[in-house]
Amino acid sequence: MAQHTLSVLVEDKPGVLARISALFSRRGFNITSLAVGPTEHPEISRMTIVVNVESSPLEQVTKQLNKLVEVIKIVELDNAASVTRELVLVKVGATAENRSQVLDVVQLFRAKVIDVAADAVTMQVVGNADKITDFLRVLEPFGIRELVQSGMVAIGRGSRSISERGKPVAVPVPPAAHA
Amino acid sequence: MTEQQGSGESITGAQSLVRSLEAAGVTDIFGIPGGAILPAYDPLMDSSIRHILVRHEQGAGHAAQGYASASGRVGVCMATSGPGATNLVTPLADAHMDSVPMVAITGQVGASLIGTDAFQEADIRGITMPITKHNFLVTDPAEIPAKIAEAFHIASTGRPGPVLVDVTKSALQSTTGFQWPSEISLPGYRPVTRPHAKQIREAARLILESRKPVLYVGGGTIRSGAARELATLAELTGIPVVTTLMARGAFPDSHPQHLGMPGMHGTVAAVAALQKSDLIISLGARFDDRVTGNLDSFAPGAKVIHADIDPAEIGKNRYADVPIVGDVREVLVDLVTTLRTEAEAGRTGDYEGWVAFCAGVKKKYALGYDKPADGGLAPQYVIERLGAISGPGTIYTAGVGQHQMWAAQFVSYEQPNTWINSGGLGTMGFAVPGAMGAKVAMPDQTVWAVDGDGCFQMTNQELATCAINNIPIKVAIINNESLGMVRQWQTLFYNSRYSNTDLQSKRIPDFVKLADAYGCVGLACDSPDDVDATIQKAMEINDVPVVVDFRVHRDAMVWPMVAAGTSNDEIKYARDLAPQFDEDDL
Repeated sequence: MAQHTLSVLVEDKPGVLARISALFSRRGFNITSLAVGPTEHPEISRMTIVVNVESSPLEQVTKQLNKLVEVIKIVELDNAASVTRELVLVKVGATAENRSQVLDVVQLFRAKVIDVAADAVTMQVVGNADKITDFLRVLEPFGIRELVQSGMVAIGRGSRSISERGKPVAVPVPPAAHA
Repeated sequence: MTEQQGSGESITGAQSLVRSLEAAGVTDIFGIPGGAILPAYDPLMDSSIRHILVRHEQGAGHAAQGYASASGRVGVCMATSGPGATNLVTPLADAHMDSVPMVAITGQVGASLIGTDAFQEADIRGITMPITKHNFLVTDPAEIPAKIAEAFHIASTGRPGPVLVDVTKSALQSTTGFQWPSEISLPGYRPVTRPHAKQIREAARLILESRKPVLYVGGGTIRSGAARELATLAELTGIPVVTTLMARGAFPDSHPQHLGMPGMHGTVAAVAALQKSDLIISLGARFDDRVTGNLDSFAPGAKVIHADIDPAEIGKNRYADVPIVGDVREVLVDLVTTLRTEAEAGRTGDYEGWVAFCAGVKKKYALGYDKPADGGLAPQYVIERLGAISGPGTIYTAGVGQHQMWAAQFVSYEQPNTWINSGGLGTMGFAVPGAMGAKVAMPDQTVWAVDGDGCFQMTNQELATCAINNIPIKVAIINNESLGMVRQWQTLFYNSRYSNTDLQSKRIPDFVKLADAYGCVGLACDSPDDVDATIQKAMEINDVPVVVDFRVHRDAMVWPMVAAGTSNDEIKYARDLAPQFDEDDL
C-alpha cells in the first residue's frame, strides 16, 4: 500500500463533500486524510485527499472521482514536488515543575503555546506528517489530554497553479430531448 | 448563463417547471401526484405534455426506462416527496446500472421544513447520490429552468444515466420569472466522445496482427446508436461478433458472423470465442462478472482493445492494452476508415482458421433444449414461437430470471432497441412497466413483455394503467409456478432443496381472471399444440392489453451455464455436459 495525495478542485456546492466521501466508502477506498476549503476562485473549493492504495486502484479512484459532475480537476501531487502541512492542537499535562520541559519541546519543534492553565499547556504545531508524529512522540511522556488534528493540505512547488484550467466552460443547451 | 426565451411575466415555480420540461422537449411523463409535488400537477393539466398516471412510482420509473430504451429519448417520471420518491429508488438504480437516459422529478417538503422529519420527508438527494449520474435539490424557483436544462443534458450525453431533480414545494409555490437558458455551465462535466487518433491507429494495428479476434459488443453500442457502423466494421473485417445481454439486437442474430450472447448463460460459441481469442475488441461493454466468470481465467491469451465513453470502465476489471475513450459510434467510424485505408494498401487480417473454428463450435453447440418427457410445455418453445410469430420490429421486455435468459437466447433480434431488460441490477418486475413505457414511446410497434410468474406479481398493477390509457401491451407469463432461476440454483447447488421458491402460481392467482379484472384480455395455454394459435390470437388483439398465462414445465433449466465464480472454461451446455473443442484447426 502506498500513500497518494490528491488535490481535487470541486464546485463549491452543497452536498459535494458528501458525494466525494460516499464515493470513497462505496467503492471500498480508504481515506487517510481529507481537508477542504476555499480557493482563489470564489466558486471553487479545493480538497486535499490522502488515500492509501495500490497504484492501479488509485487510477480507479481518480476516474471515479472525475465522473462526479461537480469535480472539476484532480491532480496527484508528487511528494518531492509539493509541500504538505498539517496542523495539530494538543493539550498536555504540565505543572510548574515540568512546564519548562514542555516549553523546550515547543521551542525545538517551532510549535506555539496557545493556552496555559495551572496544570496544562495547549500547543499548536504545523508541519508535515513526520514532524507531527515526532512532536507527539516527544510529548507522550507528559500525558496527552486532548488532541485534534486537521487534514493535510498540500500545494505544488514552483510557479504553476493547478486551478488555471478550473475556469467554467459553457456548453450550448442540447437540442430538445426528443428527435 | 445568458437569457433566451425570457419573459417578463411572473409565474409560479410550478409553471416554470412545466415550461422547462416542455422546453426540454418532453412529451410524456409517467408519475403519481402527492402533497409536495401537487403544485406542479396543476399547470401540468394545461400542458402539451401527456402525463400517464401510473399505479406505483416504481412503475413510473421503469416505464421511463422502457420509454428511453425503446426510443433513445430521455424518459421522464415524476413523484411526490418521501415514499413517492423512495419508490423511484429501484428504477433509478436500474437506470444507473444500464446507462438509461432518464430524468426523475420529485417534490420535496418546503425549504423551511427540510431536516425536521416533516410529513413525507425523505432526503432523496442523499439517498440517490450513489445511484444517479447526478442529482439536484432546487430550493430557489429561479433555478428551475437551469437545473432542468442541466438534468436533461447530463442524462442524455456522455454515458447516459438517470438524473434526479428534487424541487421543494416552497420553490414550486413561489413566484419567479422564466428564462430558459441558452448555455449550460458545468465545468466538471466534459464527456469525451472523439476517440484519440493514435489509439485508433494502435487498435487497427492489433486488429491486423491478430489471428483470433472477436468483437465483444456491449450495451454502449446500442446507446450510441452504432448498429450500422458495427455491421460495417464486422463485414469489412470478417471478425466474429458476440453481443452481451445489454447488446442483443446491436448485430443481427441472423448474421453468419454472430456467435450469440457471451456469459453465464451465453452460447458455447460466444463463450469459447472470447475464451480462446487473442484479441478482444470491446465496444461499450464493461467486462461484467456475468460475462467474464472468474476474471483470472477469463480469455487468458487475449489482448484487449477497450472502447468506452466512460474512462472509469476502461481497465476497471480487465487490463486494456489499447484503451480508447470515446463514443462507440465515433470509434467504429474511425476504425473503419483506418482499416479501409490499410485494406487498400493490401493489409488485411488473416482470420480464416479462427472464423472456421468459431463457425464449427456455433454449429456443433447450437442453442437447444429438451422437450418435457410428459408432453408438457417447454418454456423455451413458447419464447421461440413468440419471436417467430411476432417477428422483427417487435419490442421485447423481460423481467429477471430464467424467462429473461430464454428470451435473450431464443428470440432472434435483428434490430437495436428491440430488447429491453434489466441487465445490471437484475430487477424482477421490470417487464410490465418497461413494456408500458416502450409502447408509449413506440405506439406503432408490437410490444411483448416476456415475464415470469414471480416477476409479474411484483408490478402487474400497471396493467390498469395500460388498459385505461390505451397502451395495448402484450404480456407472456412464463408460468413455471416458481422463482425459476433460484429454483434452478437450488437444483444444481443446494441438493434440490427448494426453500421458498414454490409460488404455486398455477393455482393462485388465476392470471386470466386477474387480466380480466384489469380490463385486459386474459388467455391461457398449457399445451405445445396450442402455442401458435394462442400467440396468433394475442397478436390480433390491439385495442386492449393481452395477458397470456403460458403454463410451462417447471423443471426446465437455462443452459448453457457457467456456474457463478467459476472459469468460463467450465461451461456446460447441459447438466454435466462439457463441450469438446477441436482446436487442431487453430
